[in-house]
Amino acid sequence: MKKTFCAALIAASFSAAPSANAVDFDVQITNLSNGIYFTPFLVAAHPAGNNLFMAGQPASANLQAMAEGGSISGLSADVIALGATVVENPAGGLLAPATSTTFNMNTDGTSNDRLSFVAMLLPTNDAFAGLNALEIPTEPGVYMFDVPAYDAGTEANDELLTGGGAPGAAGMPADPGGLAGTGGSGAAGADANPNVHIHRGSLGDTDAAGGISDLDSGVHRWLNPVIRVTITVN
Amino acid sequence: MLINLRNSFQVLAVGAAALLATACDSNGNGGGTMNPPPPPPAMASFDVTVTNLSNAQPLSPVAVIAHQNGYSVFTVGTAATAGLETLAEGGDNSALTAEADADAAVMATASGAAPIGPAGAETINVEVLESELPGLTVSVSSMLVNTNDAITGINGASIADLQPGESMTWRTIAYDAGTEANTESSAHIPGPAGGGEGFNAARDDIADRVAMHSGVVGQDDGNAASDLSGQHRFDNPVAQVRIERIN
Repeated sequence: MKKTFCAALIAASFSAAPSANAVDFDVQITNLSNGIYFTPFLVAAHPAGNNLFMAGQPASANLQAMAEGGSISGLSADVIALGATVVENPAGGLLAPATSTTFNMNTDGTSNDRLSFVAMLLPTNDAFAGLNALEIPTEPGVYMFDVPAYDAGTEANDELLTGGGAPGAAGMPADPGGLAGTGGSGAAGADANPNVHIHRGSLGDTDAAGGISDLDSGVHRWLNPVIRVTITVN
Repeated sequence: MLINLRNSFQVLAVGAAALLATACDSNGNGGGTMNPPPPPPAMASFDVTVTNLSNAQPLSPVAVIAHQNGYSVFTVGTAATAGLETLAEGGDNSALTAEADADAAVMATASGAAPIGPAGAETINVEVLESELPGLTVSVSSMLVNTNDAITGINGASIADLQPGESMTWRTIAYDAGTEANTESSAHIPGPAGGGEGFNAARDDIADRVAMHSGVVGQDDGNAASDLSGQHRFDNPVAQVRIERIN
């Protein structure tokens, strides 16, 4: 799928002259969740016709690396090759529950009129929040959008805290909040849907030293939406 | 190979957006009259209709607060006020509306008459001076009473541009006030599923700040200590708020 993804990027690149859509805008990303951390965000304003991910389609290798381990270097290279306006890691590390990060973007002189971002949810196996090619508003004002959590479809949601964050490695890489347990037997096998899809949520259990999951059902579950993005067009 | 899912995503995003609204046009009937026009009404009147979309989570009597920038019922990531804590833990909105009434940015408050059961609805009227319309926003708050401290509503939604006869509709998501641990114990749930304690000044949640609610686990989903069942689980959205400007 990496090949398909790159083909899509190349086909759409440099096809449009700088448009009248150039805007200067501030982006605030808020982690709405009660117990979930986000790995460093990759944020990109890019030309229309490109997508970091596509629900219903297999994850690219670079999306998988982000969703399973939080690595954004591959996706970042993809969007930089498009001439995208890129912001990496605006929060300067993890974005903790119920906290926000705010940054400015300026697409002046480009045709980057779509906004996307991705980041992995911790602790999960391969959940990520994604804003997918939102048309950037051009009228000055404040615009709010809520964003759901997706499952990359690439890893079984075993909910076991193994430290495995490399693509293909089983288990969850980290529990930044330190509230997960140990000794779980494995909550689930491979996803029934191997393509990118809306995450069904974590199960967790109430047994910190056993049970099916290392997650705590009272802490690590979530309901969508998980991210609120506020775009202020200046 | 170009695959563009922008449209389908936006449908999803719009469906989930708490603060996106659809304004419903109506006939701005400006029919002529032979009589001298009456003086313009001094007040702008809004009907706020809250509909409970949940399965088994009655909503506590609703607080409606009309205000300007400078007041908010809560901010994600910030500790709940004592008034919001009182609402979120026990369903009593009086302290929240008293806080609001004491705030210079608040124009008017109103309360629902009774809890709103699942599938139920209530319409609450609130009025402000017409001179207060520019910048007018509204907040609507209520507790999901079969929880420890879940609330829902809208938070500072703009209604400044509503014309008489027009309406806007929001679907609301559930927040956790962050003031009480989600024990799901009947001793701490004031609603009919528990009959236990409501407000308690102790703050013992995982963090003392408002965030999204992660949902009810319940005894049917592996929490043996819970006094809630699968019936009490909920998903977003949990309520609908429709605001119509009457005049």
